[in-house]
Amino acid sequence: MRIAVTVNGTAYAREIEPRLLLIHFLRDELSLTGSHWGCDTSNCGACVVWLDGRPVKSCTVLAAMADGHAVRTVEDLATGGRLDPVQQGFIECHGLQCGFCTPGMLMTARWLLDRNPDPAPGEIREAISGLLCRCTGYENIVRSVRWAARWTAEHPGDPG
Amino acid sequence: MQVPAQVEYERATSVEHALALLSGPDTRVLAGGHSLIPMMKLRLAQPGVLVDINALTELAYIRRDRGELCIGALARHADLLDSALAGELFPIFHDAERVVADPIVRLWGTVGGSLCQADPSEDLSAAFAAARATAVIRGPAGGRSVPVREFHLGPYETVIGPGELLAEIRVPVRPGTGSAYEKVSRRAGDWSIAAAGVVLCLDGDRVASAGIGLTAVGAEHFVAAEAEEFLTGRRVGEDSFAAAGAIAARHCRPAADQRGPQDYKRHLVAELTARALRRAAARAREA
Repeated sequence: MRIAVTVNGTAYAREIEPRLLLIHFLRDELSLTGSHWGCDTSNCGACVVWLDGRPVKSCTVLAAMADGHAVRTVEDLATGGRLDPVQQGFIECHGLQCGFCTPGMLMTARWLLDRNPDPAPGEIREAISGLLCRCTGYENIVRSVRWAARWTAEHPGDPG
Repeated sequence: MQVPAQVEYERATSVEHALALLSGPDTRVLAGGHSLIPMMKLRLAQPGVLVDINALTELAYIRRDRGELCIGALARHADLLDSALAGELFPIFHDAERVVADPIVRLWGTVGGSLCQADPSEDLSAAFAAARATAVIRGPAGGRSVPVREFHLGPYETVIGPGELLAEIRVPVRPGTGSAYEKVSRRAGDWSIAAAGVVLCLDGDRVASAGIGLTAVGAEHFVAAEAEEFLTGRRVGEDSFAAAGAIAARHCRPAADQRGPQDYKRHLVAELTARALRRAAARAREA
């Protein structure tokens, strides 16, 4: 079947098998390898992208379901060569070690901060509770998201 | 690498269109997909044609219609959790939704999909059974209503027939009602080891009626019928709640598995039933 999907603002049309999963469409068809293919069982969240503005585990969505819809991946976070505050926060606070879970963490953190600009640590933990960091670096991930929240509050109107 | 078997994909644009598509052979409804797609990846499900109903936003409501709370089958778990109306009328649904999978899965998984998946460890089936809800099913011959307590035929099996679509769940609202859901799982986002849901209707210091649902412990239709019967007309209090919990534990049929042995699960049923009764009674008095 032929699908048309807007990814990070760019329109793509591809011929696919209906059984193709969104994560493989992004990585293998579009060469957008920022999103990671992790557990394949919707447990780890490394593959989280946005579909129509809401995070989703892209190993558990068919690319066909995204036909006519908009996807946003980690490649879209930085704008004009500047990192998104959540990306900067992960650098400042050592929010990644091996980095495998990071794309899912970043996309989930961005979504959380868009809805809740000043989340308490407990709210951040709840928001990322469907994602796994096998380095177990959760403390620094929570600090990184808090850093991004603080930075944004101190720089009103500056997207990063 | 987990890859579903070959499948065809159709997107429904209306309920009528969905019913027409479902009238074909070997079809399966695709809603949130967060149970079905993992099953397809494991080749435990191999439908020939997927009928994607995600565009049917007319089935995504949560509203009150006179004496009933009406939940469209395509309402997402997050919608139910965010619904102030549902939380006010039936806190049991908010209790249960807080412990269904994780916040990202809850954005996509649907209420109707959970019921239709009929997983014995799924949380909403027991909650709707406790609330004595009704499933509204659309099909080629029109609509029919089935009590949720008759909806499940067994694990992964429901009364939904070929060409039919679950459209809505209707929950009767009664004054003087309190409700609660208590679950124990191994870690955040996991399936229940055991869980109990209670919808309690009080008449002064007596139990007018009790609905008790049990998750993951082999209770027929997810219901603790003997405990419900025991409680009816009893005085509200710890003695009644503990006795009802013990009855529920005796009559359920948990299986020993990697989540624990039978006696541990029975212990959980007794304790969680009593806790849910206690919270439901407190909420009924606040209401």
